[in-house]
Amino acid sequence: MTAHEGPQELEAQFEQWRQYVLRRRELQAADADELEDHLRGSVDQLVAAGLSPDEAFLVAVKRMGSLDDLSREFAREHSERLWKQLVLTGDSGSPVGGARSRLDLWVMLACAAGAVVSVKAPALFGLSLDDDSSFYARNFTLFALPWLAAFLAWRRGARRSVIAALAVLFVLGAVAANAYPLADDSQSVVVTSIHLPIALWLVVGLAYVADDWRSSRRRMDFIRFTGEWFIYLVLMALGGGVLSAFLFNTFAAIGIVPEAFVSQWLLPGGAAAAVVVAGWLVEAKQSVVENIAPVLTRLFTPLFTAALLAFLVAVVWTSHGIDVEREALLLFDLLLVVVLGLLLYSLSARDPLAPPGPFDKLQLALVVSALAIDVLVLLEITGRITDEYGGTPNRAAALGENVILLVNLAWSAWLLLSFIRRRTPFATLERWQTGYLPVYAVWAWIVVLVFPPLFSFA
Amino acid sequence: MKVAKDLVAASATPMVLGILAEGESYGYAILRRINELSGGELDWTEGLLYPLLHRLERLGHLESSWQAVAGERKRKYYRITDRGLAELAEQRRQWDTVVGALKEIWHDRAPLTVHPLEGLA
Repeated sequence: MTAHEGPQELEAQFEQWRQYVLRRRELQAADADELEDHLRGSVDQLVAAGLSPDEAFLVAVKRMGSLDDLSREFAREHSERLWKQLVLTGDSGSPVGGARSRLDLWVMLACAAGAVVSVKAPALFGLSLDDDSSFYARNFTLFALPWLAAFLAWRRGARRSVIAALAVLFVLGAVAANAYPLADDSQSVVVTSIHLPIALWLVVGLAYVADDWRSSRRRMDFIRFTGEWFIYLVLMALGGGVLSAFLFNTFAAIGIVPEAFVSQWLLPGGAAAAVVVAGWLVEAKQSVVENIAPVLTRLFTPLFTAALLAFLVAVVWTSHGIDVEREALLLFDLLLVVVLGLLLYSLSARDPLAPPGPFDKLQLALVVSALAIDVLVLLEITGRITDEYGGTPNRAAALGENVILLVNLAWSAWLLLSFIRRRTPFATLERWQTGYLPVYAVWAWIVVLVFPPLFSFA
Repeated sequence: MKVAKDLVAASATPMVLGILAEGESYGYAILRRINELSGGELDWTEGLLYPLLHRLERLGHLESSWQAVAGERKRKYYRITDRGLAELAEQRRQWDTVVGALKEIWHDRAPLTVHPLEGLA
């Protein structure tokens, strides 16, 4: 335009300035356009007055004043921008991003509709929610998760090989859930119903990291995604509960009892759709719920540490052995899962370059006390499992999980200790956790596919 | 002489509305026009102008549209609306009252002598 010498250089400077402006949350793309136009006007005038383009740019930027002042003034008028909004059709200021997120919205709606249809399709073959509850319990995740995986794979632009792998894994899941002759009241049905969702969720993880499945950062993103997805799902479940209650009671008030509609359509369909919608919400609005999982982690890590330490002290003080009833192993497995979750979500929100602090020590205390409790439980249990009940699928699965979690947490404790003593960088711990994800997947698939024949469908 | 910040802020709305009543315009041109009209005495910043334009647009006093100028460049033009014209008329009445009163006071009291004022400033 006006630049007689080095117009490209000037353009590069404008571009750099623009990036700098866009980093401000108060200033949006449309503001950057407007301010850039202003800056260009100013530069043009200065060049016309005889300055070189370089000098003109410097003077014009200087005249505009500090970006801090500018964004403070903008924030006063646009305070809502500091509260991230749920914009269903994307940022109206940038047409390209808008089209993309509108397309996202449509694909998500299609996938959610697919999930609803999948839930209701078996009814066409005479399988009702009331009479075949075991079928629905085993298959529920198979109705919803493939659609979530499809949405994610579409968003990532997954390669054909990845899509094929996803399809094979979901078919395998369907086979595992339905091909074995499992009685409705058998242990294996329960074990499968618990492990199939885990296995399938990690297949969703494969779709999530489809663009770069080896990358540790991407896998960490999937861990973050899981936490936020779960929180959205819980929130939607609460909202759905309120909706059904109102629907039920208002219609009941005029003499129509919509019980069949609520229990046969609204709840199963809504739950299946919510699985997909929650995934879309996390993707579309990565920062609306400004990573709530890590915030909860921060709150509960000290409390859990205190509770576990108190329990340990009580065990030692009363010298009362842990009463290992049938459900005890499951309880302590869940405890390890919670501790692992606390560890994972504080890892996921931590600045990898920050030096070790008091919170890391607290975490080490949490992990070590969980380990100590678990070792006590294992000592109690090893004697019993061989004689009393023998090997049942329940016990074998619970024991296997316990070992897997124990190994993970023991090595995590060691890495945390070396990190606190500044022997290893934080990234090692992160890589350990993300590298461990396939172990859970392999175990869940073993339980689902190998256990039923192994225990002769007990 | 520098016009006090409060006074600049108070007069900003009628000034922008007044300039846009002459015809549609865009940020940089509005700023230049204000500079011109005040002989360079009114020093507006971008931080004053653009949020004000956005506020007036939100209140419905202005409308904006993006127009292409010189190739790839887009420019946001502002146009005054009927509401804006009504607001301008209202502001004018208020300002006429204030300015009229001030003139009366200064006219009645002392004859305008420039020298003592300059001495103070």
